[in-house]
Amino acid sequence: MSNASLDAIAAKSDQPFPGAPNNWRRFFSFSTDHKVIGIQYMVTAFVFFLIGGLLAMVMRGELITPEADLVDRTVYNALFTMHGTIMLFMWTFPMLNGLSNYLVPLMIGARDMAFPRLNAAAFWLVPVFGTLLMVSFFIPGGPSQSGWWAYPPVSLQNPTGNLINGQVLWLLAVALSGVSSIMGAVNFVTTIFRMRAPGMGWFRMPAFCWTVLSAQMIQLFGLPSLTAGAVMLLLDLTAGTSFFDPAKGGDPVLYQHFFWFYSHPAVYVIILPIFGTFSEVFPVYARKPLFGYRFVVVSSLIITVLSAMVWVHHMFASGTPSWMRMLFMFSTMLISVPTGVKVFAWVATVWGGKLRLDTPMLFALGGLVCFLFAGITGVMLGAVPFDIHVNNTYFVVGHFHYVIYGATVMGIYAAIYHWFPKMTGHMYYEGLGKLHFVLTFIGVNLNFFPMHPLGLMGMPRRVASYDPEFAYWNVIASLGGFLLGVSTLPFILNIVSSWVLGKRAPANPWNAIGLEWLIPSPPPVENFEEIPIVVSGPYGYGSDESLVANNPAGELISEHS
Amino acid sequence: MQGAIDSTPVVTGHEVAAHEEHQDLRVLGLITFLASEFLMFAGFFAVFLVFRGSHVQWPPEETEVELLLPAVNTLILVSSSWVINLGTKAIKKNDLAGMRKWFGITAAMGAIFLAGQVYEYMNLGYGLKTNLFSNCFYLTTGFHGAHVFIGLLLILGVLWRSRRANHYTDITHTGPEMAEIYWHFVDVVWIVLFSLIYLLTLI
Repeated sequence: MSNASLDAIAAKSDQPFPGAPNNWRRFFSFSTDHKVIGIQYMVTAFVFFLIGGLLAMVMRGELITPEADLVDRTVYNALFTMHGTIMLFMWTFPMLNGLSNYLVPLMIGARDMAFPRLNAAAFWLVPVFGTLLMVSFFIPGGPSQSGWWAYPPVSLQNPTGNLINGQVLWLLAVALSGVSSIMGAVNFVTTIFRMRAPGMGWFRMPAFCWTVLSAQMIQLFGLPSLTAGAVMLLLDLTAGTSFFDPAKGGDPVLYQHFFWFYSHPAVYVIILPIFGTFSEVFPVYARKPLFGYRFVVVSSLIITVLSAMVWVHHMFASGTPSWMRMLFMFSTMLISVPTGVKVFAWVATVWGGKLRLDTPMLFALGGLVCFLFAGITGVMLGAVPFDIHVNNTYFVVGHFHYVIYGATVMGIYAAIYHWFPKMTGHMYYEGLGKLHFVLTFIGVNLNFFPMHPLGLMGMPRRVASYDPEFAYWNVIASLGGFLLGVSTLPFILNIVSSWVLGKRAPANPWNAIGLEWLIPSPPPVENFEEIPIVVSGPYGYGSDESLVANNPAGELISEHS
Repeated sequence: MQGAIDSTPVVTGHEVAAHEEHQDLRVLGLITFLASEFLMFAGFFAVFLVFRGSHVQWPPEETEVELLLPAVNTLILVSSSWVINLGTKAIKKNDLAGMRKWFGITAAMGAIFLAGQVYEYMNLGYGLKTNLFSNCFYLTTGFHGAHVFIGLLLILGVLWRSRRANHYTDITHTGPEMAEIYWHFVDVVWIVLFSLIYLLTLI
């Protein structure tokens, strides 16, 4: 069609064949295969997850006693700043981008993403800005200490006086992360709009792809706001402007609007693909079609729209006028409706099903329980009077850790276990998987439940020392935190050993319905021998209807299944 | 269900006949990106309007804007959007020389716009740091100028590639088309910017 596709062929022909043995080197190359990029994303993100987790454990070590004795207070500030930044920008976003990258083209019956080279470039920015952020540990003055929000005027202070300081590196890293995410979003949206297989109408598309589309549209409208805010903050910090500097007439609350206009929708960018994962996993392990498929997928789009109208609920205590508080309290309550629709649909999917409690199902159920709990505390926090009461206490920290660890990380684990056989061609060890689940589920609740009573008692967040009356719950939380650290060990052992030694996986180990399960594990280059012709909707469990009219794997399927 | 099938994108056997052949979706991708990029400018404009609303005198006394030069510049940039359109129309009729001519003129107009912008910066008598208005002024015009510069590079890139015979034809002209879309984008942003930062001072 044009010259670019010819260039793409040239780039492709140099690549080693993924099915070939001993070609692990492809994971260290500028590969344009969406499956290689997906795994690159996921492994890179997991490394940063471990780093962010170590920082969290040092913080929990500090908080196990009321006094600030393990680390200096300024170090503690840097720890929670970097913990939050790493976990969001370098763990959840890249991890979910990796999953989506791997799965979306397979699920919609495409051979790759719309822009394979853009895809690779977006991934390779991750190690670049990751390194940039890590470098800030080793410069004079250390990393940023202003929290992951980087609110001015705190973030405008530059005690070392150096041009290259922790805050500047933080801003550059966040801006680069935005560039990478925009590149990804353009790619996903174009791919899902234009590259679906013949016969795959909108309402035949798996719910996971719907949630990815909804999440990536949020990136498109939200990220420019964060980028604009970061640019102005960077200019304030380095070039002497005063957009957000109250000392020179600027408006610090304006920055909060810019920040939350992106960073609240960003939590939906994170949770929506997890909703998609739940919608994929529950039908497979309950052997029932997804309940209310159309309602589930349309509610993703409604969440996308509403997510742009709730950001001020992070600013109830920022001198926000009361009419604005009322408005945003209302919109915040409203967003729990489409979310509730989904939760009911999942419960109804599992209800009365023939449950098969394999590791992915356990993680999905555990994640759903945590999400429900987080949803209840979320509605509580959405109410202005309650929010003013617990603003900046551990109640808030507990709430969003149930969302981010309880629901999101457990959902990510569910996805990894569910699609691991497809991605690697090997089965994981079920026993280690179940051990991983038990440790994670206990760890999450031990670590994050105590934060709620602590918040109600009035313990502020982001402090290195506290009143001894808070010690009881803090000790429990710290033990839970260390348990979460330990819980990653069986996971790493499981993934590494089964990838190398595990039993060969068949094309469809779970008897699941979906285009990705019709082709060998791992899928060959370009995925489909023949582009599938879709003739029925997803989740046809218990029906005799065929999903496709042809055999997209060609001859290959008989060798592997 | 029938309706759902009808909305399916057309991926006929022709487009995916060979394994390696992919659809060319670059134009759609560019438009998606520019829609998002426009929102970043919207953010800068919002800041400008917030500060305008919270100040009695805006722009403050020592930082007035010059109107004549930017008005001429506006005329140049807006008319260049028509010129570049003539260029892509030419290549769609397989008129390579025509395309090169119109793209060359567009590039020259873009360069004149940028030169005018630099001249304006040097003769305003105030800098980025002077006050909130000058912060906003240099931020928005500077970011826009950077986008014009990138657009200029895209046009020059198209001209450079068009040296090869048959690189752009009446069938393969995605490159010039994308340069044109991008150029319209900087044009539209400028129209909003000019209205807000220059014309609003007249009221």
